[in-house]
Amino acid sequence: MASITASVYTSHVPAIGAALDLGKSGDDYWKPLFAGYEPSKAWFKDNTPDVIFLVYNDHATAFSLDLIPTFAIGCAAEYKPADEGWGSRPVPVVKGHSELASHIAQSVIQDDFDLTIVNRMDVDHGLTVPLSLVCGQVAEWPCPVIPFAVNVVQYPVPSGRRCFNLGRAIRKAISLYDEPLKVQIWGTGGMSHQLQGPRAGLINREWDNRFLDRLIAEPDKLADVPHLEYVQQAGSEGIELVMWLIARGAMSDKPPRVAHRFYHVPASNTAVGHLILENSQ
Amino acid sequence: MALDKPYKGIPGTTIFDAEQARKGYHLNQFCMSLMKAENRARFKANERAYLDEWPMSEEQKQAVLARDLNRCIELGGNIYFLAKIGATDGRSFQFMAASMTGMTQEEYAKMMLQGGRVPGSPVRDPGEKR
Repeated sequence: MASITASVYTSHVPAIGAALDLGKSGDDYWKPLFAGYEPSKAWFKDNTPDVIFLVYNDHATAFSLDLIPTFAIGCAAEYKPADEGWGSRPVPVVKGHSELASHIAQSVIQDDFDLTIVNRMDVDHGLTVPLSLVCGQVAEWPCPVIPFAVNVVQYPVPSGRRCFNLGRAIRKAISLYDEPLKVQIWGTGGMSHQLQGPRAGLINREWDNRFLDRLIAEPDKLADVPHLEYVQQAGSEGIELVMWLIARGAMSDKPPRVAHRFYHVPASNTAVGHLILENSQ
Repeated sequence: MALDKPYKGIPGTTIFDAEQARKGYHLNQFCMSLMKAENRARFKANERAYLDEWPMSEEQKQAVLARDLNRCIELGGNIYFLAKIGATDGRSFQFMAASMTGMTQEEYAKMMLQGGRVPGSPVRDPGEKR
């Protein structure tokens, strides 16, 4: 049987990808940020899974306003890094895991979550920046990835509770897969940031760290936080943090082991948060 | 019974909800078209003519020509789409963000380095002088 071994949470700021791609990771501005991911890269080398289930959001790249799926699961064999208007990131093509993805789709839809099945799409920085941060600059990604895109662009986005329960349904689906695969689930986006309007630039260090504390210790209660609190406290784009609850809901009900925790301000306009949680065996 | 929209009262913040998305559909899809190099070139060659190919309102077109992002947002634009105008102009995202706050890019970048905008601090709308 397949199982979830660990979950990884990280912000996915596009400027981080640009800094890596342009060789600026050693600059004074970026050095402290990338230093925070060195332990993660070492951890990942020792704990490379068979598949990564990667929860992220598309930023008006694969999905325009023509089609806005709340939850979309990638079932394709591969996904090209998207041209987001300044050329594609020079990173490897992302290989999918069609068999596991289709299995999860079938199970989760039968558990009343209406997923959109995607057989062709490009993936933007929301997916590739987390991979670069944790896997490093590689010629090939170390394992297949199942992209799972969540609408956090057009309100209303799914509630924290729905995301958490969806995570539980994904956990069940993975546990029912016959092949003994080790799966990691990643939740990305956030932390506090607001990219629009006169309030742009909002950062809430205290709220972010409380979110990290609660994500570790009391995720079920954290799932009750309403949208309005995210927007008021973590900024209009801080709402992306609901995606972390999908990954957390997929973890075991027993307390996780915190393998790594990191927080840094700023990366461009955004607060960067990062956690690695392992399931106890 | 009207729908509850409690996010309407947050200062300096417009939530891109169904109502805004409906108003801004063509504006945002125009932005989306700038993902293609040939469209960027045509837009740059004659902005007004390119905008006239889209069924956008005159206010929306004027807001794009003026690069008034706050006004674009008020008229239904979403920042992830509007960012494609900035990319076409060769502007950084921080330049765009600063332009919405009434700060210079330097002032804005300094605020971010110092930890960002403090929650609850006053928000100044640069459009008030409009």
